[in-house]
Amino acid sequence: MKSLRRYIDKVKPHFEKGGKFEILESTFEAFETFLFVSDKVTSKGTHVRDANDMKRTMAIVVLAVVPTVLFGMWNVGYHHFMATGQEGTLLECFWLGFLRVFPIIVVSYVVGLGIEFAFAQHRGHAVNEGFLVSGILIPLIIPVDTPLWMVAVATAFAVIIGKEVFGGTGMNIMNPALTARAFLFFAYPSFMSGNAVWTHGMIAGEGIIDSYSGATPLAEAAAGHMANLPSVAEMFIGTIPGSIGETSTLAILIGAAILLITGVGSARIIISTFVGGLAMGLLLNIFAVNVFMELPAYQHLLLGGFAFGAVFMATDPVSASQTPKGKIIYGFLIGFLAVLIRVINPAYPEGVMLAILLMNVFAPLIDHYVIEGNIKKRLKRAKVKA
Amino acid sequence: MSKVIKIKQGLNINMLGAAEKIIKKANQADFYAVKPTDFKGIRPKLVVKIGDKVKAGTPLFYDKFQPEVQFTSPVSGEVVEINRGERRVILEVVVKADATIEYEKFKVGDSKDEIVEVLQKSGLWPALRQKPYSTIANPQDTPKSIYISAFDSAPLAPDMDYLARECEDCFQKGIDVLSKLTEGTIHLNINADYPASDTFTKAKGIQINKFTGPHPAGNVGVQINKIDPINKGDIIWYTYPQEIITIGRLFEKGIYDATKIIALTGSEVKSPKYFKIINGASIKNIVSDNINEGELRYISGNVLTGSKISHEGYVSYYDNQITVIPEGNYFDFLGWANPGFKKHTASRTLFSSLFFGKKFRLDTNVNGGERAFVMSHEYNKVFPMDIYPVQLIKSILVEDIDKMEQLGIYEVDEEDFALCEYVCTSKIEVQSIIRKGLDLMRKEMS
Repeated sequence: MKSLRRYIDKVKPHFEKGGKFEILESTFEAFETFLFVSDKVTSKGTHVRDANDMKRTMAIVVLAVVPTVLFGMWNVGYHHFMATGQEGTLLECFWLGFLRVFPIIVVSYVVGLGIEFAFAQHRGHAVNEGFLVSGILIPLIIPVDTPLWMVAVATAFAVIIGKEVFGGTGMNIMNPALTARAFLFFAYPSFMSGNAVWTHGMIAGEGIIDSYSGATPLAEAAAGHMANLPSVAEMFIGTIPGSIGETSTLAILIGAAILLITGVGSARIIISTFVGGLAMGLLLNIFAVNVFMELPAYQHLLLGGFAFGAVFMATDPVSASQTPKGKIIYGFLIGFLAVLIRVINPAYPEGVMLAILLMNVFAPLIDHYVIEGNIKKRLKRAKVKA
Repeated sequence: MSKVIKIKQGLNINMLGAAEKIIKKANQADFYAVKPTDFKGIRPKLVVKIGDKVKAGTPLFYDKFQPEVQFTSPVSGEVVEINRGERRVILEVVVKADATIEYEKFKVGDSKDEIVEVLQKSGLWPALRQKPYSTIANPQDTPKSIYISAFDSAPLAPDMDYLARECEDCFQKGIDVLSKLTEGTIHLNINADYPASDTFTKAKGIQINKFTGPHPAGNVGVQINKIDPINKGDIIWYTYPQEIITIGRLFEKGIYDATKIIALTGSEVKSPKYFKIINGASIKNIVSDNINEGELRYISGNVLTGSKISHEGYVSYYDNQITVIPEGNYFDFLGWANPGFKKHTASRTLFSSLFFGKKFRLDTNVNGGERAFVMSHEYNKVFPMDIYPVQLIKSILVEDIDKMEQLGIYEVDEEDFALCEYVCTSKIEVQSIIRKGLDLMRKEMS
């Protein structure tokens, strides 16, 4: 490692102010600190610092997402083989999925990080690690046959309009990954909804057997075809059609466990989102007038992107509520609204994305009232004493 | 008696090098210094020049804004150095000590005015500080009450019960003096987790409050917040046991005897112990031959709030502790992915979190780069007051005076935010932001 360090020290001056590659200063710094945590020591304030930093925090989120990535890859292959009436081994399923999903991940990272580096350089900031997470989340919430150019356009939109115009990571109002998803959903609806988009090869339509519908359980339920719903176990494990990473509640829960054990994800948000979803589900059960409303409340948590949204999207610390009390309200309303939109609104079969984006926008308002409560308490205390 | 107040949010950083309970009398140091930088918000005006002879209790400088408050020499000897920093700010006034100390004699009285006068003249007035702003108390004010935190919960902090155990009389005398300065209560806050020294429990004229919980339970700001939070317009004074003992000695003997006990702590100290010194002493004698090799950081105070000094530096006015830890100026290959058995974190993102009670050898590496605020819940976990820390910090950054006031700036001090700064994933320098806010607020209100 010493020779690597020596090499970096040797080329570093070229990337600093006045050097040949001054324009790549932020990019160089990003790669340098990726390889070596800086030797910077504390100068004022506390003399010691926690060993946790942004890179580690983001790396842990990426680690938490890995189970869903692996399962998602396998599931892509599994459904392709099922749709074409073939049998595939575990490895064949995974390999086919890998070949489909990996390019999407690469495109998402290259486009997103490219823009991030450019903006960081423009502002003279260090590159923030936030996109390491967004970059893996974007591929997981889109259908597998989304063309790569669309991924690129959506990622660019999300990073520029969703994040950089607000001032970069830490300043954005909406979750960047969901911004990308929403962009695709409204710009290219034919690639984002329907029964054919969820399984690799179905849009092309070659060799697809007649008995395979490709519809997601959520679409079946929305259409009232309760008989076509897969078993609860299948929905939990995730062998159902859907966006690449959202299907397996089991894999998502493994990720949730990693986030909660390390303390990176907010338990308040995750739990209250599930509680909110359950509450709305039960409410709908009570006033049920159609079969979808009669769907047992807990099954809502297994369907569509609910679990994925609750664990990986709602918990984004920047776009979520910032106050402890606010987090509970924020999470609850996400779950509550997601199920409401899903069941009552006929136009959108999936409500989680919209519920989270909506609550992203309302999070500052929730915080405002929570903090206002604290301020009032302080004023009241002063008055009683006076 | 009073019920135990439980502090839930906070963090005890388990570090190597706690002081063993043995008091060594250090060889008398050759040099002593009074550092104007120890006192927030003063503008020092020198009254001595190099070569002047002084006694213990002779003024070295005073505060331009409160000229009656004197800062005096802790020993007799000769002024040998006046060290200045940027823009000629006075950093240290150094006195070379005589072999035997001669004292200025002070006439002590009993009335409030006489007490204030002798405290100001002797150089002990700065021992009393006020909230809000944590500046030296203003003699014109009558505080609502006086708070004494009789335990320190910071990393490797000295045991105050141990320091004060032999000074019952002086402590009581000091309390009697303080009681003339306020019409309110004198609160003495002790740790409920272990039996406090008789010096504290048997003291008269005070109200004892018990606290339990992790650091910052020992911070006086946190204690005030739990007992009787500061409102706009309130003025609270606070001080600490060793200062009270020194005040007591002044009123018993009529001299400024700045003897105190400090703990020499930290992972790089070979045998961490307590030392009896005179305030402002150079640490040269107590650290020599007692520390490990390597590039080290010497801190007057604890690792969270202390100030960096050299290996021959001087003990700060308010500090009861010297900490020596390794510098962290090394590159860590893929450090962010290191499983982290040796490093400490308040989160649970390292394997070291699995070992409860493990003691750490922490260094001064920042462990990452500065970023924008991202993680929103981590400050709340180590900040026990009913205040929203991130929102308060943001209001200071945009200099919104009204919001700062509404969000509780009067109740806080930098030291209360030291843990927030420690745990910050974004490596933001929280304490200096809070100080900026306090200074801004003070300017606005005056």
